[in-house]
Amino acid sequence: MRRFRALIKKEMIHMLRDPRTLIFIFMMPIMQLLLLGYANNTEIKNVPTVVFNQDNSKASRALLDSFQATDYFSFDYAVYSQAEVYRLIDAGRAKVGIIIPPDYNQNVATRKTADVLVLLDGADPTIASAVMSAAALAGQAHGASVRSQQLALQGPTGSAASPVDVRTNVLYNPDLLGSYNLVPGLIAMILFQTATSLTALAIVKERERGTIEQLIVTPIRSWELIVAKIIPYILVSFANTVLIMAVGTFLFGVPLRGSLVLLFGLVGLYLLPTLGLGLLISTAAKTQQQAQLMTMPIMLPSMMLSGVFFPISSLPLFLQFVSNLLPLTYFIYILRSILVKGVGIELIIPQIVALTVFAIVLLGLAAMRFQKTLD
Amino acid sequence: MNSQPLPLEVNGLTKKFGDFTAVDHVTFSVQPGEVFGYLGPNGSGKTTSIRMLCGLLTPTEGTASILGVDVFKNPEQIKPLIGYMSQKFSLYDDLTVLENLQFYAGVYGVPESEEKKRIDEILHLAGLEERTSSPTLELSGGWRQRLALGCAIVHSPKLLFLDEPTSGVDPVARRVFWDLIYEMASKGTTIFITTHYMDEAEHCNRVAFMYRSKLMALDTPASLKSTYLHGAAWDLAANPLLETVDELTKTDGVAQASLHGDRAHVILDSTQWSPDQLTKYLAGKGITVNSIETVQSTLEDVFTLLAHRGKIGEAA
Ligand SMILES: Nc1ncnc2c1ncn2[C@@H]1O[C@H](COP(=O)(O)OP(=O)(O)OP(=O)(O)O)[C@@H](O)[C@H]1O
Ligand SMILES: [Mg+2]
Repeated sequence: MRRFRALIKKEMIHMLRDPRTLIFIFMMPIMQLLLLGYANNTEIKNVPTVVFNQDNSKASRALLDSFQATDYFSFDYAVYSQAEVYRLIDAGRAKVGIIIPPDYNQNVATRKTADVLVLLDGADPTIASAVMSAAALAGQAHGASVRSQQLALQGPTGSAASPVDVRTNVLYNPDLLGSYNLVPGLIAMILFQTATSLTALAIVKERERGTIEQLIVTPIRSWELIVAKIIPYILVSFANTVLIMAVGTFLFGVPLRGSLVLLFGLVGLYLLPTLGLGLLISTAAKTQQQAQLMTMPIMLPSMMLSGVFFPISSLPLFLQFVSNLLPLTYFIYILRSILVKGVGIELIIPQIVALTVFAIVLLGLAAMRFQKTLD
Repeated sequence: MNSQPLPLEVNGLTKKFGDFTAVDHVTFSVQPGEVFGYLGPNGSGKTTSIRMLCGLLTPTEGTASILGVDVFKNPEQIKPLIGYMSQKFSLYDDLTVLENLQFYAGVYGVPESEEKKRIDEILHLAGLEERTSSPTLELSGGWRQRLALGCAIVHSPKLLFLDEPTSGVDPVARRVFWDLIYEMASKGTTIFITTHYMDEAEHCNRVAFMYRSKLMALDTPASLKSTYLHGAAWDLAANPLLETVDELTKTDGVAQASLHGDRAHVILDSTQWSPDQLTKYLAGKGITVNSIETVQSTLEDVFTLLAHRGKIGEAA
């Protein structure tokens, strides 16, 4: 424990006395977030909308009014068949289709739940995700006011469920890659970059400066050295996660739906295979430059194939297979599920298992390869 | 079997890098409390030997034990027993003097209750008291070496490896450094040291001479001189001087001739020449010899001779 404490203290001093790297670590994600976030964040208003109102009652027109009041929708087309709705969206003339069922009025009046279907063109993910939440909110708000009027007029009878249920259905790009997904993507990427490349550098630096020679004649154990090397980067990575999420939430209104405890726990889990990879590289590289070059062939496919920028479903089959071999893929999925969809642990167990396997394999390999010798 | 295991016993130690043999079947042992000099020209395999003995490199062949512990079977067991100061400065530049010492005290597991006392002792010994909070980066050569020595001995090792500890250090600082070495030796630390300075070699109890990966000789400085030199090192005052050196270099039985100030310094490899004979021989080449003086031979002469023989041995 004494040895370990001395090592940690030394690593912390290294990190704190190198303000340039530290600034870089914290500035890079913020810069990326601002650039990509603002580039994506065009104001969304008056999205061309096609309406197929099969009910045509006062109740259904009231619902449409509350949609229109949000300013998101511009009711450019009124059509009389589902096929026409799809045709207009396919042609790109409408981005949103609203379909009201024939029994809408009846269901609302009898205090059942009326289903409204909102179709979204996911090809433009920024618009689609904004409209998706606008539609859901408008539906909920309208439902609540209808219900409270009913309560006031008729007293508490029937079901307490919301009278309006807005179902959204995204056509194309159902993962809705875009601004809401940018923050999870960025967190994952930044963690990957800091954890892998900085760890790789940390050990190679000792080798390059020759300090490793003085270090490995001491009785420290390999694992103590390795763990002490990665702990400062784990701390930095957590701090970075908080920072990115704060900026994402305050500047871009990114949702924080799921459990933060779960989120940070899984950030911790994800760091293990990532740091393992960095250590593995550092056992092979002789110079810092080499280490940096060696992270490239891993960094590039990780960014391209893990679903940060392109939906995995749009990749050729072979690349989809490759993407299954990247820890980043699983972590992105986990982050999006927790942050955007707010799911609990039970829905992401396969991804957690995958990350655990990666962690064991990569850290195991690194520990096996890291020898306390110079040859 | 000795009841008391020797600080260092080396047997047939060999290291190959590919086809190149950097250390070739080296065998020797070091006595308790000895200052053992390990000498040799650049690239003769000194650092490679030390690295193997500290468990930093795996030998191709051979065995070594430190205080009875097999270095290559139990490399981790020898680490608390030894101190090592590498040839290249290898402390942390961004840590202060005190932080470096504290770090090594920590990783060597010096008990916390003794740490402060031990570090104060070392700061005092190395004269670094005034500089505890200087960043290591800002220390000059001599101070750096003393700090490196300090870090290598925080855990009071029984056997200390010093790889060219005084290279690049001015004569006064070297003197101070050697005083430190003697002080440690007098307290029972065994010291294994490499150096390129012959005056330092004379200070060692015994000296091993490495040449082209092989151990050529091992003895006390005095015995080395009497065994190899037979007292035959001469300074010639002659005219013209440069031609004299050239001519002598080509002469049979002369190991080496070199310019020493206004004299030609000659190391003889055999007893075939007397001063008179050599004067006559040189006169035949048109060189006037004014005087020949037998000089106090040095270890440098011994090594020049051994290196000369080594070269001949390889050519043959
Ligand atoms: N890792 C290595 N791979 C290949 N060759 C090496 C390696 N390390 C050392 N050598 C070679 O082995 C030889 C002996 O090197 P070593 O460093 O042991 O010499 P030295 O006696 O310490 O020299 P110096 O006085 O210059 O410090 C040199 O020719 C060197 O180039
Ligand atoms: Mg050397």
